[in-house]
Amino acid sequence: MNLKISALEYVQEVQSGNISVEDYVSKTIERISKVDEKIHAFLSVSENVLDQARMIDKKVRSGEKVGACYGMPISIKDNICIKDGKTTCASKMLENFVAPYDATVIQKLKQQDAVFVGKANLDEFAMGLTTEFSAYGASGNPWNTDYVPGGSSGGSAASVSAFECVASLGSDTGGSVRNPASFCSVVGYKPTYGLISRFGLISYANSIEQIGPLTRTVKDSAFMLNIISGLDTNDNTTIDGNEQDFLSGIEYGIEGKKIGIIKEMVGEGTAPEVLAATNDAVSKLEGLGATCEEVSLDMVKYSVAAYYTITATEAGSNLARYDNLRYGYEFPVEGYEFNSYIAKARRRFGPEVTRRMIIGGFVPSAGQAGKYFLKALKVKSKLTREVGEVFERFDLLVAPTVPVLPFKKGEKIDDPIALFQVDLNTVTANLTGRPAVSVPFAISNGLPIGMQLIADSNHDKMLLQAAYALEQTVNLPEVPI
Amino acid sequence: MTMIGLEIHCQLTNLNSKLFCSCKANYREFEINQNICPVCMGLPGSLPRLNQEAVKKAMTIAMALNCSTPEKIAFFRKNYFYPDSPKNFQITQLNIYGDTSVGGAGSIMVGDKKIRITRIQLEEDPGRLIYEGSSSKNQITLVDYNRAGTPLVEIVTEPDFETPKEVRDFLNILSDILSNLGVADPSLEGAMRADANVSIQGGKKVEIKNIGSFHDLEKAAHFEITRQESLHSRDIEIVQETRHWDDQRKITVSSRSKEEDLDYRYFLEGDIPWVSIDAQTHENLRSEMPESISSKKERYVSKYGIPIQVADVLSSDKFYSDLFEKAHTDSNAKEVANIITTELMGLMDTREKRESSKITSTHLRELADAIQTGKVSRNSSKNALHEILKTGKNLSSVITELELGNVSDESELLEIVKQVISEESQAVEQAKSNPQTINFLVGKVMQKTKGKADPALTLDLLKKQTGIS
Ligand SMILES: [Zn+2]
Repeated sequence: MNLKISALEYVQEVQSGNISVEDYVSKTIERISKVDEKIHAFLSVSENVLDQARMIDKKVRSGEKVGACYGMPISIKDNICIKDGKTTCASKMLENFVAPYDATVIQKLKQQDAVFVGKANLDEFAMGLTTEFSAYGASGNPWNTDYVPGGSSGGSAASVSAFECVASLGSDTGGSVRNPASFCSVVGYKPTYGLISRFGLISYANSIEQIGPLTRTVKDSAFMLNIISGLDTNDNTTIDGNEQDFLSGIEYGIEGKKIGIIKEMVGEGTAPEVLAATNDAVSKLEGLGATCEEVSLDMVKYSVAAYYTITATEAGSNLARYDNLRYGYEFPVEGYEFNSYIAKARRRFGPEVTRRMIIGGFVPSAGQAGKYFLKALKVKSKLTREVGEVFERFDLLVAPTVPVLPFKKGEKIDDPIALFQVDLNTVTANLTGRPAVSVPFAISNGLPIGMQLIADSNHDKMLLQAAYALEQTVNLPEVPI
Repeated sequence: MTMIGLEIHCQLTNLNSKLFCSCKANYREFEINQNICPVCMGLPGSLPRLNQEAVKKAMTIAMALNCSTPEKIAFFRKNYFYPDSPKNFQITQLNIYGDTSVGGAGSIMVGDKKIRITRIQLEEDPGRLIYEGSSSKNQITLVDYNRAGTPLVEIVTEPDFETPKEVRDFLNILSDILSNLGVADPSLEGAMRADANVSIQGGKKVEIKNIGSFHDLEKAAHFEITRQESLHSRDIEIVQETRHWDDQRKITVSSRSKEEDLDYRYFLEGDIPWVSIDAQTHENLRSEMPESISSKKERYVSKYGIPIQVADVLSSDKFYSDLFEKAHTDSNAKEVANIITTELMGLMDTREKRESSKITSTHLRELADAIQTGKVSRNSSKNALHEILKTGKNLSSVITELELGNVSDESELLEIVKQVISEESQAVEQAKSNPQTINFLVGKVMQKTKGKADPALTLDLLKKQTGIS
């Protein structure tokens, strides 16, 4: 049994009767029990999915209508709610939280006969970019388990990369899908803001984050988007995607497209290997018939500061509800006065979440807002305007997904400022609501490098066509794990 | 000079659902914590879904109070920790980053005085705290979230009131307007709450929070003015502070909480996109607005000749003016108005009586017609009304059962007239010399018929029989 097939290949194999869902799913569970001790991609594994797999097999055999996923095993970042199962956000605060509902994306995947093999690890409440801030232990990078898998959707990326599932869903607030996708050499897609419903995604910075797929191929991401995107009455911020088919015409190519190379994202702070990969990517894109030209986005230099100010403010508010009064963990309230109880209850948050909430209480406060929060909003709107102007001249933008190579666990955990700079190339898409994708592009000394493409809002289809074209130009070695 | 400003919180009680979920806006009929869902409980992963109907209703209020209404509205988060707030922030509106709340500056007339409205905003109500236990040591706080997320409109006025009476008059007019719009039932418990800012000449502004009824609001303003004046007369400084209304003791109490120091860290609620309200929507809302109280009043006077005092009372009460609109015809309007204002309002002076009454507009129309055609005397119409309220039976069966019909059969009446003439010979003689005293004889006939004799016919027969002209 070959687990290393793409989602589309999986569907074909099941459709044609070459493999059974039960077989594939049980081999996947076996694989998880074998490799996950090394990479800790999962916080919990659903052992009881074989009945479901057998039922889908039965449907396939009897010629009944089967959902588009055909029992495909998928992992879900543990900040996306699946009904009646635990959703912990990798936090001790939500150790026992069981959602009474499915996220919209889960509902849609269930309708298409997906099988959820487990909840993937993340930085606590998705705050981080190494998955080291998980309250339940760090994940490892399947390419070298001493290295971080990126984050915050590190468990999702690692699980796809290590063949513990066919595809995964993560969430991307400032690069949390694309960053680990780059570090683990899988495709990570952050859609236009509003393309995918956030209902059931536990908010971190709700005004800029999106759920996104992590897959082995670009086509697989398009396949997932076809299922999970669309207007949702449960999320007022969703946009009408007119039931787009992201797969059809994906091989269209990029001939004649104008691509801007973002100057501020390729420079001093960029690792030489990453710089070389970027140059290679540019010449490959040109080889495909596109024209590439350097373009400057002046506001990018303030983007990380603005990003942390805005996300901390929203996080401070979004995470205020965790006072342990209505759900959470065992800690009796009797005998406490309200404020002293919540102060104590909220000590369960880990250090990074606590740090950001302290910042989140400070930067929008009465005396400080003008200096920090309002300024950050100004940067956001200026950056959005700048990006809008650039897209009048360019079809796409390109930059490395992460300026540096994957690094070792523990290497940067105590240096938040150094970590923040790792976000430099990804936050712009979030702050401006634009779609962006990370495509596996190179392996340098056994460590992956991803290339990022960004398109204008609602041009997700064109972005996927470009990502597909770029993907076809590379031939990468197989993950060693 | 005394200055009083108000912040009035008015629940949109007539809406079906809460502001951001489909739980019932009418939470009052539920057992504790039975009118809740993941959204209004703020469960992780839940998102607010804006109730568009609530936006329309709030805009209508803004229009009725002559406020400016923006083309786009936005919602903000007001961040603070409190157990009645499931998310530990409240979704509300603000005007600090441009006019984005449902209503901007406006005004209404209270008598001859113009009271300026600062702004109107739409927001969610928190849950309700229930305190149990006697001493503060073993007191426990319970939370009922049934109310959490109920649509609330906050109406903020300028400090234009100078006396508690002006406050009361304003509140009466405001509740009439709100119920006339059909957006709220101000008589429901907790449907209207208020904060008041009170300051006297030479003193600082004192905010009184937590006033649970309009009745208490006037009292609180009165108490606070007296308190401040007494301090002032003793040369004690009036400090700027927040006080709470103690509705048991009917006094204001300084709140030791540092509420005035709270920093709410307002910012845009990203889960609710800006709502565009285009010119067409504005126009539709205006045209769908119910007729205003003043225009109703004018119409009642000019079209039907209803006396101005009667028209005033009738038009300002939505329940009765609705009843009037359905019951009246062009010919009986005055009579219908008369029955409502002189009889019905007295018989249905409480909410319970209104709700349990069985009267319909058809009853009213028929009763007015019956009075006008002399089928029922005005006197017996009262008995009929009583019976209808109780039983809901139709008018004709009530008349038959209670024998309320006028004796308008001439031969039947003639017998009684003859009887009276023979019994009251002295009065007959007197009437012959002084025709005005014939009314005494009419009265006698009425007595014998228990008021059911047709007065005109009685007079006619008496004159004929006695030869008085
Ligand atoms: Zn609800």
